[in-house]
Amino acid sequence: MTESALEIDGLSYGYGRGFAIEDISFRIGQGEFTALLGPNGAGKTTLFSLITRLFEAPRGKISVCGINLRERPTKALAHMGVVFQQPTLDLDLTVRQNLHYFASLHGIGRRDAADRIDEALERLDMGERDKEKVRQLNGGHRRRVELARALLHRPDLLVLDEPTVGLDVPARRGIVEHVHDLCRTQGMAVLWATHLIDEVYPDDRVVVIHKGHILADGSVAEVNQNNSSANLTQTFHRLINQVAA
Amino acid sequence: MSALHYGRALNGIVTREVLRFLHQRERFLAALVRPLVWLLVFAAGFRAALGVSIIPPYETYITYETYIIPGLVGMIQLFNGMQSSLSMVYDREMGSMRTLLVSPLPRWFLLTSKLLAGTAVSILQVYAFLLIALAFGIDLPPVGFLTVLPALVLSGLMLGAVGMLLSSTIRQLENFAGVMNFVIFPTFFLSSALYPLWKMQESSVLLFQICSVNPFTHAVELIRFALYAEVNWESLGWTALALAVFLGAAVYGYNPARGFMPRKAQAE
Repeated sequence: MTESALEIDGLSYGYGRGFAIEDISFRIGQGEFTALLGPNGAGKTTLFSLITRLFEAPRGKISVCGINLRERPTKALAHMGVVFQQPTLDLDLTVRQNLHYFASLHGIGRRDAADRIDEALERLDMGERDKEKVRQLNGGHRRRVELARALLHRPDLLVLDEPTVGLDVPARRGIVEHVHDLCRTQGMAVLWATHLIDEVYPDDRVVVIHKGHILADGSVAEVNQNNSSANLTQTFHRLINQVAA
Repeated sequence: MSALHYGRALNGIVTREVLRFLHQRERFLAALVRPLVWLLVFAAGFRAALGVSIIPPYETYITYETYIIPGLVGMIQLFNGMQSSLSMVYDREMGSMRTLLVSPLPRWFLLTSKLLAGTAVSILQVYAFLLIALAFGIDLPPVGFLTVLPALVLSGLMLGAVGMLLSSTIRQLENFAGVMNFVIFPTFFLSSALYPLWKMQESSVLLFQICSVNPFTHAVELIRFALYAEVNWESLGWTALALAVFLGAAVYGYNPARGFMPRKAQAE
C-alpha cells in the first residue's frame, strides 16, 4: 500500500455534551479525489476543522503524508492546502496582495511567489485581474483566488470545505472541474466536503457521513452496489433515511 | 522551519496589517480625531483648572497640553490594541484568522506576529498625532521622536497583548462592546494619562494605589520619559512584566474553536 495523503483513525470530537463526530476512520491515497458527502449538520465542518488543526481532537489520530498532525503540526500543515467554506480573503487588498500574504506564511520568497502567483492565476483564467481589489470580484472569481491561494505552496493534499457554497451553476461547475483536473494531472490528493451529489464524479471515491458517523466508504460504483442502488442520489437518500429511521 | 521562513511570515503579516490600515482611511482619521479632541478641546478647558508642578522628566513648568501628550499617545495605543483584538474576534468569526492559523508555523509565533503588526499600525498613528501636535505648538524635543520609538514598541505590544487576552476569552463579537467599556475607560482614567499621580493621591489614596499598579500608567510614564530621552526603569520593568504575563496568557488561552462552539451548540 502506498503512503496515504491523509489517514484518519478513531477520531472523535464533541461540543459540550455528546459527539459531533464519533470514531471516524478513513484514508485517502496519493492522487485520489475523495468526496466527503453529507447533509448539513453531518459533521463535515467539524471534521475539516480537526484535519486543519483548528480544533484539537481529544481522541483519535490524523496523519498527513505520514506525519502525525498532533506531534508535528507545522510539518503536516506544510503539505496541506486549505479552502474554507467561508470567504477568507481580505476584501480591501488586491488579488496579488492577498496571494503574496499567503505565500509569505509558507516562507516563499517574493520573486518565487510572484512567479507562482502568475502561474496559479493564469491557470484559473484570472491573470488579468491580479491588481483588482477582491471586493470588486464576484463570488466565483473570489473562489478561484482562494483556490489559487491554496495551491501556491504546491501541497500534496488539498482539503476543501463546501467550496461552491453560494456560487451559481456555471461557476460551481468550473471549480469542480478544475479541482478534478488538478487531481488527474498533478497527482494531488483531494478531500472535497459537500452536500451536493452532482459534485461527485463517477470515478471519485466517496465517504458518506451523517450525524457524525461514516455510513459508506468506497468508489461510487462500490457504494451503489453495496446499497443496491442505481445511482449515488438513491444511495445517499437511502443511507440518510436509514439513520433517520 | 528556517529563520528565513519566520522572517518572511512576520514581514507578510505586518505588511498586510499596514496595507489594510492604509486602505481604511476612516480608521486612520478616527484614530487621530479622538486624541486631537482631547488635546485641543479637553486640555484647553482644563489647563486653568489643573496646575501641573515640575515633576520628572520635566525641568520647568509645562502646559497641561504638554503633560497629557504621553497619555494621549497611550490612548492611541490602547484603542488600537482593543481594535486589533476586535478584528481578531471578527476574523475568527468570519474566517480570515483561520487562514493564518492553518499556516505551517507555531501558533505562538503567529499570534505574536499579529501583535507586532498591530503595534506597527499604532506607531504610525502615534507619529501622525505627534506631528499634528507639533503643528499646534506643543513643545517636544526633536530627539524625543527617535527615543520614544522603543517605548512605543513595548507599550504597543503590552496593550495589544491585553486586547489579545480579551479576544481569547470572548466567545462572540457581540460580547466585545461591553468588555471594551469595562476595560478601556477604567484603564485610561485610573492612570497618570490625564493627571499626575500625586494629584490623585491628594484626592484618594485608594485610587492612587490602583493607578500605581495599573500597567497603563507605567506604559504612559515610559513614553513620557522616552519623549525626553530618559528611561524610567521602574515603568520599563512593569511594562515588560505586564507584556510577558498578558502575552503568555493570551497565547495559552487562544482557542479558534471559541465562537464556533456556541453556534454549533445552538444549531444542534
